[in-house]
Amino acid sequence: MTHTVNAPPTGLTGTDLLVTVGTVRELCDGIREVTFTGAQALPSFTPGSHIGVRWGTGVQNSYSLTGPCTDPDHYAICVRRDDAGRGGSAWIHALRVGDQVVITPPRSAFAPISVARHHVLIAGGIGVTPILSHVRAAVQWHRSFEVIYSHRPGQDALADELQNLCGDRLTIVHDVDDFWSHLTPILEDSVLGTHLYTCGPAMMIDAVAAAATAAGWPAQRVHSEQFSSAVATGGAPFAARLRRTGVLVPVGADVSLLEALLERGVAVPNLCRQGVCGECRVTVRGGRIDHRDFYLTDDERAEGDTMMPCVSRAAGDQVELEL
Amino acid sequence: MTAAAVFTQNDIENFPFPFPKDQYRYSANVEPTGQKASTVVGSWGEQRVVIDAHYRRELAERSRILAVDPTRSQCLPHMVPAAWDAMLTLMHELADGYPQHMTLERVIAEPASYRWRNALLDIDQTFTFGAADTLPTDPLTYICSQIQEDVVLLDQRDDQMWGDAGVVTFAADWSFGFDVGMSFLQIHGPVPRLHSEKIATRAHEFIKRLQPAQSYRRTNWTLTVDGKLDTSTETYPEWGKDRRTLAEGPLEDVGDRLFLRTEVQHLIRLPQSNAVMFLIRTYLLPFRAIATIPEWADRLYRVLEDLPVDMADYKGITRTRGPGLQWLRTHGPVVP
Ligand code: FES
Repeated sequence: MTHTVNAPPTGLTGTDLLVTVGTVRELCDGIREVTFTGAQALPSFTPGSHIGVRWGTGVQNSYSLTGPCTDPDHYAICVRRDDAGRGGSAWIHALRVGDQVVITPPRSAFAPISVARHHVLIAGGIGVTPILSHVRAAVQWHRSFEVIYSHRPGQDALADELQNLCGDRLTIVHDVDDFWSHLTPILEDSVLGTHLYTCGPAMMIDAVAAAATAAGWPAQRVHSEQFSSAVATGGAPFAARLRRTGVLVPVGADVSLLEALLERGVAVPNLCRQGVCGECRVTVRGGRIDHRDFYLTDDERAEGDTMMPCVSRAAGDQVELEL
Repeated sequence: MTAAAVFTQNDIENFPFPFPKDQYRYSANVEPTGQKASTVVGSWGEQRVVIDAHYRRELAERSRILAVDPTRSQCLPHMVPAAWDAMLTLMHELADGYPQHMTLERVIAEPASYRWRNALLDIDQTFTFGAADTLPTDPLTYICSQIQEDVVLLDQRDDQMWGDAGVVTFAADWSFGFDVGMSFLQIHGPVPRLHSEKIATRAHEFIKRLQPAQSYRRTNWTLTVDGKLDTSTETYPEWGKDRRTLAEGPLEDVGDRLFLRTEVQHLIRLPQSNAVMFLIRTYLLPFRAIATIPEWADRLYRVLEDLPVDMADYKGITRTRGPGLQWLRTHGPVVP
């Protein structure tokens, strides 16, 4: 692969951060820790947050932040090289100290539950990364917690840090039988108000969730890491035909219809850009709509003749607008 | 001296006049923060936390209220991290907005320790983030004794928002002590038309999806007699009669006694706790000051005249809007 030193892979968009690689450390075979420093202050973040690392035009990989979260002087991620992947992890493994990288600001999708009386944190392999940041916070706020870290022998990324923070609250297991013989009694005996957090391979997440359900845990107390973010404005590219002028406005995968219209100089009133306020409503004359707003009623959606372009998109390859 | 006497030309120029149209209805009128909003005589909204000429007077009023009624400051035990998060976020905000008066310096990397200085109040405090014994009081009360905004912290869990902490001393006709621990939808239950118009549900969905570092604002408004900041449910016996004495008193007094009250509300997702901070800043302006701006007087008149009875009831202005309208016609520049 080619790797251009000191050249950020994509242009900065609105909230993106430009950061510099501060350190690179091989934690174990195939797993690297990379830290980033910023020219500007890096935002604090919620334990379990991830950042997107942009490694090419329009492509990014999400990685959990593992370092301290209060006005941090650096961000740390751990990346397992995945040679079968699209190339993002290999790109990161080729980074050198001093390289510049574009990242998205931290997003939280796996936050600790404030009212939990006890936290059971389960890490599988590289899924240890958000668990480490949960543990830091649990120690800081004197929360009751315990950790099960399952990894293959030798693949013990971050085990030392975890051990220092957890002491005897950490159990490390190397095979499936050990894992279940440790977890099963926890699932059966846990005090009311215990929350379960799993980050690891999808198979592990599903198996833990199934076992918890079987042991009578309500779904609200079983959490797992998934990189879903807020309202997604992106999607497949499409085009909007403006009925009054006949102009065809292309809408790229990463931009909203509203942005594309404004870019073309079509004045569409707007406020929230989150599909809530109702300002940007436009009349639709043709084409199916992928409604993603919180504004229209179900009836209005069913009519199919109006949409909120700040979040909603065409369901096919074109919509025709009364503009 | 009347309450109106402390308000100056500056207050007019910085007043967030809340009516874009001649008719007012509830809407999710949210917009991103930090943009200057222009009015016919000035502007507002460049900063999320604002210090103005009433700083010391309003802080003194807040500490008086808290001394009388400590329940105005509440923090359910699970909200302690969010309270620290809110304090630190507000300190950054103040240090960025008012560098000539306030600074926040990191003095130790780990555990995160800071030196906070607020020259306006002669404060110089070193503290460790999360360590209760390094501050003179709990973090939320501490920072709320240095800002004019009321604060409510919303926790997010079970796909809902919960109002589980806050310092609210300037509530307009509601009670934080009563609402604490309730969900967002429960808190907004009593607002007429809000549920039928699905606005509360929409606002709730919106808040749940706020991302870290994102913030939005909206305004709300009501009328208040004698410029009282604290018109909360708890102290109704003290201020409730003001509406009657205004309605029954001489019309000439209405210009100085009746105030348009705008709340500028900010919603800010806190970075470390994932809680949402709701800031409520109250601005007051007597009708006599509003009457100096013909466009405002006229707009206020139309809005008050048009407001449906259920909404006027909920806002608590059923008794006062009549005298307000009459005063604007008689002593103000309004032609009905
Ligand atoms: S801009 Fe608010 S709904 Fe689209």
